[in-house]
Amino acid sequence: MNVGGPRHPGRRIARAYGVAAAFLVAATLVGTLVGAADLNPLATVAALCDRIPFVHLRSSLSALDRAVLFQIRLPRVVLGLMVGGLLAVAGAGYQGVFRNPLVDSGMLGASAGAGLGATLAIAYLSHEGPAAVPVAAFVGSLAGVAIAYLAGAVGGSGPATLLLAGVAVGLFLAGVQTFIMQRSTQDLQQVYYWLLGSLSGATWQQAAEILPYAAVSVTILIAHGRHLDVLSVGDDEARSLGLNPKRVRLIVIAACALAAASAVAVSGLIGFVGIVVPHMVRRLAGTSYRTVLPLSLLAGAGFLVLADTLARTVVAPAELPIGVVTALAGSPVFVWILRSTSAVRT
Amino acid sequence: MNAVTVHNLSVDLDRVPVLREVSCAVQAAGWLALIGPNGAGKTTLLRAVAGLLPHRGTIQVGHADLGTLRGRGRARLIAYVPQVPVLPPDMTVGEYVLLGRTPHLGYLGSAGRRDREKAAEASDRLDVTRFESRRLGRLSGGERQRVLLARALAQEPRVLLLDEPTNDLDIGHQQQVLELVDDLRRSQGVTVLSTLHDLTQAGQYAGELALLHAGRIEAAGPAAAVLTEELIARVYAARVTVTTGPDGRPVVTPVREPSTGYPDAP
Repeated sequence: MNVGGPRHPGRRIARAYGVAAAFLVAATLVGTLVGAADLNPLATVAALCDRIPFVHLRSSLSALDRAVLFQIRLPRVVLGLMVGGLLAVAGAGYQGVFRNPLVDSGMLGASAGAGLGATLAIAYLSHEGPAAVPVAAFVGSLAGVAIAYLAGAVGGSGPATLLLAGVAVGLFLAGVQTFIMQRSTQDLQQVYYWLLGSLSGATWQQAAEILPYAAVSVTILIAHGRHLDVLSVGDDEARSLGLNPKRVRLIVIAACALAAASAVAVSGLIGFVGIVVPHMVRRLAGTSYRTVLPLSLLAGAGFLVLADTLARTVVAPAELPIGVVTALAGSPVFVWILRSTSAVRT
Repeated sequence: MNAVTVHNLSVDLDRVPVLREVSCAVQAAGWLALIGPNGAGKTTLLRAVAGLLPHRGTIQVGHADLGTLRGRGRARLIAYVPQVPVLPPDMTVGEYVLLGRTPHLGYLGSAGRRDREKAAEASDRLDVTRFESRRLGRLSGGERQRVLLARALAQEPRVLLLDEPTNDLDIGHQQQVLELVDDLRRSQGVTVLSTLHDLTQAGQYAGELALLHAGRIEAAGPAAAVLTEELIARVYAARVTVTTGPDGRPVVTPVREPSTGYPDAP
């Protein structure tokens, strides 16, 4: 009798965790070391290790380099890790809830709501200072999902209805946003800049502000991996196995919405992470959400830091919007995944 | 004692009455086959007993009223295998069978050693252990049916609800699956409530038959009482002869009207 389940699934998953962790560390190092200011790699690593409790290392980094490292580069890397992880894990969660591999973290009116919120803030709340934009994007994103959920619940409880309601709400909110942009053309450039996503203004304060939401949403999502596995056999059978599909769906959607809204608030709209990363993870470690969710968190974090490093170095001293990089890097990868997978199963 | 007692069960789907005051019962470790033409309400009756449909009337499982049982409690008593189950094509057989342990896990719990042992026992029992690392999308019809039964058995249910368990199988695999179900019934004391299309097979395997027609039970009892030419002709609008097989059970044979002619003999 084989009590361990399928042959070596544990080994495959352990290997996938190893790969994801190594990728995360490598991406973090690259993101920290590469940039406009040429930091000495050894001195930088020494300076970083010096911050670890009980470790004392002398670093030859100058005061200016230290300032660059700790006040500019590190907060940006940390924020990139958080945003990437949140977008990927939210995408994976939505894919589980909707049993559809093509769903993204911006679905259900989340991106459109955030876009509308940010546009409103830029157009009408500029006297409040730049702080109003992330708050408005956060609220708009959550409101978009809430409206889509309520609209979908009216038409029935199935995942397909919900998804369609999300598309409708998203289009409506995008229409309102376009209308506002038309009426305040002087703000167009700022809105476009925000829509394409950027981590250029990253601060420790931003990271600290989204940390509680990130922690809560990620904890909830990872705790529901098993439930998403059960949900994958359909609502009827999930119910016959004692699960309440509606309740699980509501909890996971709320957690995904919170994760995506936190990410969007500090980074603008960044596409593709929520689709591409969970797909890569599935190819590496199988389809169980018990592993797809935590691995998406790790891989998404690394992916976005690498994308951001490209965004700020390729056309230096200018910066590309990070949304452009993830789309340019993400689309070919996505096509490659589709080609090398026998069929898209929904 | 009856394992399942259905009393005055009525179900409406989209405001159309599908079952009207149906009453039936299955003995513990017995097998009741629901037969009847398409649209008679067989699947609806199964789904109601599985707790998946709002209904009027009462459904009792053992001493418990189905309405008082919630989610996991109900799932520990009743396992349900739908006619067309959703099988995620990339999930492995082992993972799928382990899903059967869901009702035994706490909300935030995960499968432990005991759950893996129970799932492995169920896999061994249905002989699916040797391909448990295979993906569900790569199974043949017969393998798929055994995997479904293994998942249901891992649930450790007292009642097994099977909707057309022989659907899409050739005659050999049909017999194999029905023998497996009968074996589970005898050895584990599981009560079986199933729908079956093949009337002769229903008579061979089930202890009792219930013939549904337009949402009502037309006849119920042992095979010989239900499988009569007159009843089948009336309910199914079919021409059959009913003879007695070597096991003493009725054999239903379709008959073609002579006037329309048969293909020429070679």
